[in-house]
Amino acid sequence: MKTKLKLTRVKVIRQREIAPSVFVLSFQRPWDFTAGQVIGIGGHENDEARLYSIASGELDDEVDILYNINPDGKLTPWMAQLNTADTLWVSEPFGSFTGSGEPGWWIASGTGIAPFVSMFRTGLYKNKKVIHGGRNLQSFYFHELFENELKDNYIRCCSREQSPEIYNGRITQYLRERSDLPTNEKYYLCGSAEMVVDARDILIEKGIPFDNIVSEIYF
Amino acid sequence: MLTEKETLLGKTRDELTQLSLDLGLPSYTGNQLAYWLYKTAVESFDEMTNISKKARAILNEKYDLGAFPPQSVKESLDGTKKYLFNAGKAKFIEAAYIPDGDRHTLCVSSQVGCKMGCLFCMTGKQGFQGQLDAGEILNQLRSIPERKLMTNIVYMGMGEPFDNLEAVMRSTAILTAEYGFAISVRKVTVSTIGIIPAMKIFLEQSKCNLAVSLHSPFDEERRKLMPIQNVYPVKDVVDTITQYDIGKYRRVSFEYIMFKGINDTRRHVNELARLLNKVNCRMNLIRFHTIPGTPLEGSDEDTILDFQAALNTKGITTTIRASRGQDIEAACGLLSTKELVKQKKEKGIPDA
Repeated sequence: MKTKLKLTRVKVIRQREIAPSVFVLSFQRPWDFTAGQVIGIGGHENDEARLYSIASGELDDEVDILYNINPDGKLTPWMAQLNTADTLWVSEPFGSFTGSGEPGWWIASGTGIAPFVSMFRTGLYKNKKVIHGGRNLQSFYFHELFENELKDNYIRCCSREQSPEIYNGRITQYLRERSDLPTNEKYYLCGSAEMVVDARDILIEKGIPFDNIVSEIYF
Repeated sequence: MLTEKETLLGKTRDELTQLSLDLGLPSYTGNQLAYWLYKTAVESFDEMTNISKKARAILNEKYDLGAFPPQSVKESLDGTKKYLFNAGKAKFIEAAYIPDGDRHTLCVSSQVGCKMGCLFCMTGKQGFQGQLDAGEILNQLRSIPERKLMTNIVYMGMGEPFDNLEAVMRSTAILTAEYGFAISVRKVTVSTIGIIPAMKIFLEQSKCNLAVSLHSPFDEERRKLMPIQNVYPVKDVVDTITQYDIGKYRRVSFEYIMFKGINDTRRHVNELARLLNKVNCRMNLIRFHTIPGTPLEGSDEDTILDFQAALNTKGITTTIRASRGQDIEAACGLLSTKELVKQKKEKGIPDA
């Protein structure tokens, strides 16, 4: 079957398991990209590519891809066993879920944090608040990055485990409880359909105009 | 459906023939099975009277038909019916039957819920609970009393068909095959928000009609309404369609829900004309059926009529879709089984 996405071969530089079944795969950067963009990835040249956000900065030498293993899928279990110098097929970057230097809120669940990691590493973190949701305490990928720079403007919402410095509950619950969400700032949402749709509804209920909300859904 | 056995509904005639041979049955059993599955509404192997008792016993041991009746039906004052199906494990889906004179349309679902998160859609608000297989898609037609009346099938129910391409392609192939439901390819329409790689495969390998949810020709506006715009902009969707010879009989249409003050101005007419000027297409204007918590309002009637006239003047054949089944929440964008899924989850039944 033909696909729109033309895939080219890249070599894996390294692969790190940063949490159980969650990996960061790195390869040499073959093109320029804008922070927040996605690429298609396949195991072979003619595969139907799956889309993943880039997690590295625009000026980094390597491209990082954050992914978790979907046990029902074909691609991610295969990706997880790749080693240095193995081959991967990737498309050129595309997409318009890109950041800006304006004040804003980055809201993500799970691996949906990836485009915000890219924006952060590109230097777009000033004036930003980051809300990251995860099931357990190991779900806050790249937390050192955000914690060091953003301090109290980095909020972790953990739905299944507790820790003193982490909000105990889902992102949606956290957003419901906040009464000071500015209506004139941009809100960027990225993650599962359920989180994005529910969070968007809450923001709208709180008076944020829908055209200040930009969403990226992992499908 | 609640079965552990492999199901037959959704298999092509060739596959039915092969599995018959694999079971040591004559090859023509495949044809017989296709007949009973797609030309009749039998609910058990025992009703397949031209297949030997021994063969039926062998089939029954290994396979399930995959056919299951709707769990309930609601009927609108305008004759539209909304069927609810439980495909097992919280896989609740809906299909809408819309009679209109000689035209009988079934709007089928392709997924349980949807991942696309469009701002104006009730199905999007329930999140995603699972894919339907081809048999579960076809069963929405096979199992309802109006099945023999059906003239048109539209994939505009719950879910994004091109996020479940394989099952959708398989089901359209069986719908349109002579051995299957024998519905003309001109009467089957698959609707998408524009997942380009899957749309290309559909345009290359199917002859069915294509409908694209457009809703704004402007990038910035459309991405606020439809997150998919971030990945597959509508301009690229239209450019992709122009690369194909659509032919004389195949129809490409664009769906456009009218939102007051958002996408219903002269500026939008002009940009739509520019965007679509190389595509042989139709435009369907749809009245917005409001959903809870939405910041959007529907355009008023005069604005819709003016918009239609302006597009027609620009050379884009434009119609206004009649709103049907609103009183039973069967109209465009209103299908949802969120409450049922929630109740099932509370009882501890996991997603499919």
